[in-house]
Amino acid sequence: MTPDLFFQYLFAGVTYGAIYAIVAIGFNIIYNTTGIINFAQGEFVMLGGMIAISLHQVMPLPLAITLAVALTMVIGAAIEIIFIRWLQSPSVLRLIIITIGVSILLREAALHIWGESIRSLPYFYGNEISSISLGSVHLSPQVLWVIAACGIMVAGLSLFFKYTPTGREMRACSANRTAAILCGISTRNMVTLSFMLSAGIGAVAGCVMSPITYTQYDSGTGLAIKGFTVAILGGLGNSMAAVAAGILLGIIEAFSVSVVPLAFQDAIAITILLAILFVKPHGLFGSSVAARLKDF
Amino acid sequence: MLKIRNLDAGYGKLRVLKNISLHVKAGEIVTMIGANGAGKTTLLHTIIGLVRASAGAIEFQQKEHTGSCAQKIVAAGCTLVPEGRQVFASMTVEENLILGGYMLQRREGKDAVLRELQYQYDLFPVLRERREQYAGTLSGGEQQMLAMGRSLMSRPRLVMMDEPSTGLAPLIVREIFKIITRLRDEGNTVLLVEQNATAALGIADRGYVLEVGKVILQGPAADLLANSDVQRAYLGREKIG
Ligand SMILES: Nc1ncnc2c1ncn2[C@@H]1O[C@H](COP(=O)(O)OP(=O)(O)OP(=O)(O)O)[C@@H](O)[C@H]1O
Ligand SMILES: [Mg+2]
Repeated sequence: MTPDLFFQYLFAGVTYGAIYAIVAIGFNIIYNTTGIINFAQGEFVMLGGMIAISLHQVMPLPLAITLAVALTMVIGAAIEIIFIRWLQSPSVLRLIIITIGVSILLREAALHIWGESIRSLPYFYGNEISSISLGSVHLSPQVLWVIAACGIMVAGLSLFFKYTPTGREMRACSANRTAAILCGISTRNMVTLSFMLSAGIGAVAGCVMSPITYTQYDSGTGLAIKGFTVAILGGLGNSMAAVAAGILLGIIEAFSVSVVPLAFQDAIAITILLAILFVKPHGLFGSSVAARLKDF
Repeated sequence: MLKIRNLDAGYGKLRVLKNISLHVKAGEIVTMIGANGAGKTTLLHTIIGLVRASAGAIEFQQKEHTGSCAQKIVAAGCTLVPEGRQVFASMTVEENLILGGYMLQRREGKDAVLRELQYQYDLFPVLRERREQYAGTLSGGEQQMLAMGRSLMSRPRLVMMDEPSTGLAPLIVREIFKIITRLRDEGNTVLLVEQNATAALGIADRGYVLEVGKVILQGPAADLLANSDVQRAYLGREKIG
């Protein structure tokens, strides 16, 4: 493999990895406040992309994306308020089945609204054939958009959780729900907020990736599986580890293309992950102690 | 301050509390003693709104609070130091305390929280030393102090404590009880649930004895200490255990 090709694969891997990481962080945020896996996480990504594409037909791109993210956040909050908030101490299994139901609902709604056609947002800068050269490596400018957007979201989230009162209250809610209630914190509002946040970052990812990966009514499903695998690989609930795990998965996938046919790409990645999980059930970066001290 | 009349509560079909009546007046330490499974924790959880009462009435500060959610009761000035401490293990000592001041912050703003934080550090100097440490890595005694400090951060009118002495060395237990006494002397009101009957009755003004969900004895702490039934059931066993 030539060094150029190597870097080409590497950047492709990091790009996809960044997206997987964002989806995984979406899983983690909701997992940390509720203890459940929200299987509709991939649909948030799809909705963000689809809504932005539709809005872009009548308004400039930045406005369309902003509105799409805001709308997806409203949808995320609405889902929590309609399907989850009013339940009296529901079991984890019941909650998970609800989120699976919601994901099917959103997918079908998207099919109904947008049909089966494959769509995409235009490139934020330049077009399909424009490229930026880093030394001898040629990159699509959109790749940098994806990496930058994901990086900013990760940094922003960790600042939010660490330094803002609301972030602190959300962490409290995840560290010890009963104690958070005893402090007077409304854990229900925190759960709604976690759905909004997850939907929001999912929608941003859905927008920045759309020019490269295209968007279709069911494009959330595959992403959810990858994101879920990454979340597990990093150790559920641990977002910084999810970033590392996401990029690792992206890179493994990218390089597997040079060894095996493209059709096996997904299978290879998942197989490697299963193998790692078999050896380290708490994830690559997790220990059983860390698993108990879950954090954002 | 707190008045409970004919309270029934439980979990699903299981009736744990049967016809409980008790009251706590401002400025006193009232203790509730009882064996494992008597329903002490259930009682405190019902008062704070974590468990729903099926009958009876809870009145706090002349206001009806039966069936209110925890947030309302905490806002009204009643807090609970839960059994087993329940600190936010993955957060620092200072973050734990600031979270305890959540209601104070909403009522009086950020400066009040910072002032109260200093006050709690004065009351529990060890917490000041450890303020950057993760709560999960504190010793049992330190965690208990943190749980108490966190509860006090909202400047409650009534603090309820669920077995603060469990699992602690005698020296630490003495220190904790000293702090509880000091809280009362500074004008706070405390409802103290304990299995350590000697220590609890030693500092309390009045006491209740709970047995399988019923109040079987009540009165001034000194009388209960002298009561032969209490001595046999709760004080005698302590010497062995
Ligand atoms: N969440 C729950 N669901 C069902 N039953 C419960 C629950 N919590 C407590 N119980 C039952 O209620 C009864 C009283 O329990 P409670 O915890 O109030 O006792 P306690 O007096 O606090 O005991 P200890 O001194 O051991 O803390 C017990 O029989 C217990 O099994
Ligand atoms: Mg108890």
